[in-house]
Amino acid sequence: MAVATLANPTRFSALAGRLLPFVLAAALITLAVGLYLSLFVAPADYQQGETVRIMFIHVPAAWLSMFGYGLMAVAALGTLVWRHPLADVAAKATAPIGAAFTFIALATGSLWGKPMWGTWWQWDARLTSVLVLFLMYLGLIALWRAVEDPARAARAAAVLILVGSVNLPIIKFSVDWWWTLHQPASVFRMGGPTIHPSLLVPLLVMAGGATLLFLALVLIGMRNELMRRRIRALGLRAAAAR
Amino acid sequence: MDLGPHAGFIIGAYLVTAAVVAGLVAWLLVDRARLSAQLKRLEKAQKR
Repeated sequence: MAVATLANPTRFSALAGRLLPFVLAAALITLAVGLYLSLFVAPADYQQGETVRIMFIHVPAAWLSMFGYGLMAVAALGTLVWRHPLADVAAKATAPIGAAFTFIALATGSLWGKPMWGTWWQWDARLTSVLVLFLMYLGLIALWRAVEDPARAARAAAVLILVGSVNLPIIKFSVDWWWTLHQPASVFRMGGPTIHPSLLVPLLVMAGGATLLFLALVLIGMRNELMRRRIRALGLRAAAAR
Repeated sequence: MDLGPHAGFIIGAYLVTAAVVAGLVAWLLVDRARLSAQLKRLEKAQKR
C-alpha cells in the first residue's frame, strides 16, 4: 500500500480499525506469556533476589518512554519537512501514552531503588534525564491543549519535540558519560547482553508485548484524534453556514 | 510464590503499572465513545 494512500485520514482510520484487533490480541498473548515467565519461571537474581521481577516491567517501560519520544521526533519531521497530514496526529496521540510509560518507568524504578539502593530517588544523570523526558511529554500535551489552531499547534509542537529529542542520547549514554548510581546498559551494548538467558528471555518477551500494547494504544489515540479533528471541521462549517 | 522480604515493593510496582495502563485504556475508550456520540450528532444535524 502506497504511503500516499495512508495520508488519507479516512483510509488510515479504516485500516487502523482492521489492524487493531490483531495488534491488541498479539499484545495480550505476548504479555500473558511474559508475565508467566517473569513471575513463575525466571529465577531470583543472585544479587537482587526476587526484586529482579520489578525489572521485567521497569526496563520495557523505560525503553518505551524513549521509543515513544523517538516516534514523536519522526512524526515532527513529517510535520515540518513532508507536511504529512497524519504526522501531527501521530505525535499528539503518542504523547500521553509515552508520558504514562515514562511515569511507570520512574515509579517502578523508585520502587526497585528503595530496597536495592536504599533510596527512592537520586539526582543522578539517568534518573534526572528521564524525569526531564517526563516533563517534556507533559509540556507538549499542555502546548497542544493551549493552542486552538491545530496547524499552529502542530508546527510549534514539532519544533519543541525536535529540540527536546537531544535528551534521548543523553538518557541513553548518561550512564557512560557520568558516574551514576543507575547501572550501565546490560542488554543493548557492545559485546552483547550481560544478563543470563533465564532472565533475558522473560525481559525480551515482556518488552515485545509492551511494545505491541503501546502501538495498539497509539492507533486508538490516532483514531480518536482524527475524529476530534473531523468534529472541529464540522463545527467550523456549521458556524460558517449560520 | 514467595517474593521474599521485598514483596511489598514488587507487588507495588506491578499494581502501579496495572493501574496506569488500565487508566490509559479507560481514558482512550471513554474519549472514543464521547467523540463518536458527538460526531454522530453533528453529522445528523448536517444532514437536516
